[in-house]
Amino acid sequence: MHRVAVTGIGAICALGRTAEEFACALRAGRSGIGPIQSTDCTTLRFRNGAEITGYDYRPYFDDKRADFMDRFAQFAVIAAREAVNDAGIQWTPELREAGAIITGSCVGGQATEDIGFYNVYKMGLNRVHPLTIPKIMSNAGASHISMELGVTGPSYTISTACSSASHAIGQAFWMVRSGMAPLAITGGSEAPLGFGILKAWEALRVVSPDTCRPFSKDRNGMILGEGGAMLVLEPLEAARARGARIHAEIVGFGMSSDASHITQPSAEGAARAMRSAICDARLMPEAFGYINAHGTGTMANDVTETAAIRMVFGSHAERLAVSSTKSMHGHALGAAGALEAMAAIVALRDGFLPPTANYNQPDPDCDLDVVPNTSRPAQVEYALSNSFAFGGLNAVLAFRR
Amino acid sequence: MSDELILRVRTVIANTQRIPVEKITIDSTFQELGIDSMDGVNILFALENEFDITIPDDAAKQIRDVRQIIEGVEKLMAGGTPDAAPAAS
Repeated sequence: MHRVAVTGIGAICALGRTAEEFACALRAGRSGIGPIQSTDCTTLRFRNGAEITGYDYRPYFDDKRADFMDRFAQFAVIAAREAVNDAGIQWTPELREAGAIITGSCVGGQATEDIGFYNVYKMGLNRVHPLTIPKIMSNAGASHISMELGVTGPSYTISTACSSASHAIGQAFWMVRSGMAPLAITGGSEAPLGFGILKAWEALRVVSPDTCRPFSKDRNGMILGEGGAMLVLEPLEAARARGARIHAEIVGFGMSSDASHITQPSAEGAARAMRSAICDARLMPEAFGYINAHGTGTMANDVTETAAIRMVFGSHAERLAVSSTKSMHGHALGAAGALEAMAAIVALRDGFLPPTANYNQPDPDCDLDVVPNTSRPAQVEYALSNSFAFGGLNAVLAFRR
Repeated sequence: MSDELILRVRTVIANTQRIPVEKITIDSTFQELGIDSMDGVNILFALENEFDITIPDDAAKQIRDVRQIIEGVEKLMAGGTPDAAPAAS
C-alpha cells in the first residue's frame, strides 16, 4: 500500500484557464456565473451559466486536431496537459506503459450530438458528420489524453452523472495506492451548455433563473457550468524521491448507492459514502476541518446534505467549515468532482477556506458554517469532497494537507 | 473529367484535411497525403455535401486515390453507379 500524492493539477473553467487562476478566484470568492454566450437562451427559462467565456481552441489545438474533438474532450486534454507539466513528470518507458488515465464525463459530446441531430431532424438532411460518434463518446477525453502523452496503461471513463469525476479520481487513487499503476492522470471534463441539453435541464425545473446560492434560504436552483480539471497522482515516496512538489495527499475514497429514487437524494446514502471515505482513510470524523460540499443550490440537495453531515459528524459538525464552490464554478456535472477536489486541494495547500458565494440568508435547515461569501484563512489538516449524483450514486474523497 | 470538377474535388479534400490545395494532384494517393480511414470517411461526407450525391458503402471502401474519387463523383453525378472494383494500379 502506497500513500498517494497529488503532484500535478490543471484546470480550465469559468473561474480561469489554469489551476492558479482557479485558486485565485476561489480565494477572492469571485463567481464565474453570467449570461451564457455560446448558446442562444432566448427560449429558455434561464440565461445564466458558468461558461468559459470567449473560449477558442486555437491556442491549444491546431485545426485538424480540433476537428476530431468535442469541446468537452478539448477541456480534458487542456487540463491534463497543465497537470502533467505542473507535475514535472520524468517519463520513462515503464511509466508510459503502466500509467493510468481515468476520467469522468456525464453527458459526453453534447454540442456535437446537438448539431448532428439538428441536421437530420430539423434541417431534413440525410446524413450526419462521420466524426459524430468519435466526438460524442464519453471516453474521448481519456483517449485523447492517452494519445497526446503516449500513455498506454489502463484507461477508461466513468459516467455516474454528477459523481463521475469523483468516482474516477477515487478509482485512480486506489490504483496508485495498491501499486497497480505507478502514476495516474485523473479528473473529469464536461461541456453541457448546448441548446438541447439546456432544454433538458430546464424541463427538470432545477436550474436557477439568476444564480447559484447554496445553503442560502432564498436559493432557487443550480447553475450549469463547463470545464475540466485533472490531477496527477503518484506514490508519495516516489514523488518525494524525485523532489516533486506535493499539492496534497489523497487519503480516502468512499462510495455508496441510495437505492431509493432516481432524482431525490437520500441523507442515509450520502452519509454512508462520507463514512466510507473516512473509514478508508483510517481516520475519525473529528480529524476533518473542511468539506467541499456537493452543494448544488437546489432545495432538496442542500437540506439533505446538511442532514447527512450532521449524521456523520455529530457535534463536530459545529466545528466544520462546509462550503459549496459550485456557487462560483457552477455545476459542471461530470467535471464537478474534479473541480471540487481541486478546490479542496488548494484550500489545504494554501491555507484558506473557499467561500459559498452568492449567500444571502441563513436557512435553519442548512445550519452549518458555510463560509458565506468571503474566503477565510485556515490551516486545515484533512478535508472531504462530496459528490452525490442523480441516480443516487455517491462518491466522497478525503484529502490531507 | 473537367478541370472544374477536378478543382472542386481537390478543394474538398484540402478543406477536409486542412492542407493546401496545391499539395493535392489528380495522381495523389491517400497514402501520400497522409489520409487514413477516418479522414477518408470525412472526405466522402464532404463530397456528398458538395456534389449532392450519395456514395454507396461498397464504392467508399475501394477508394485509395484522388483519381478514383473524381471518376466516382463523375459517374454518380451522371446518375450512374461508381465502379466498386479496385483501380488497376
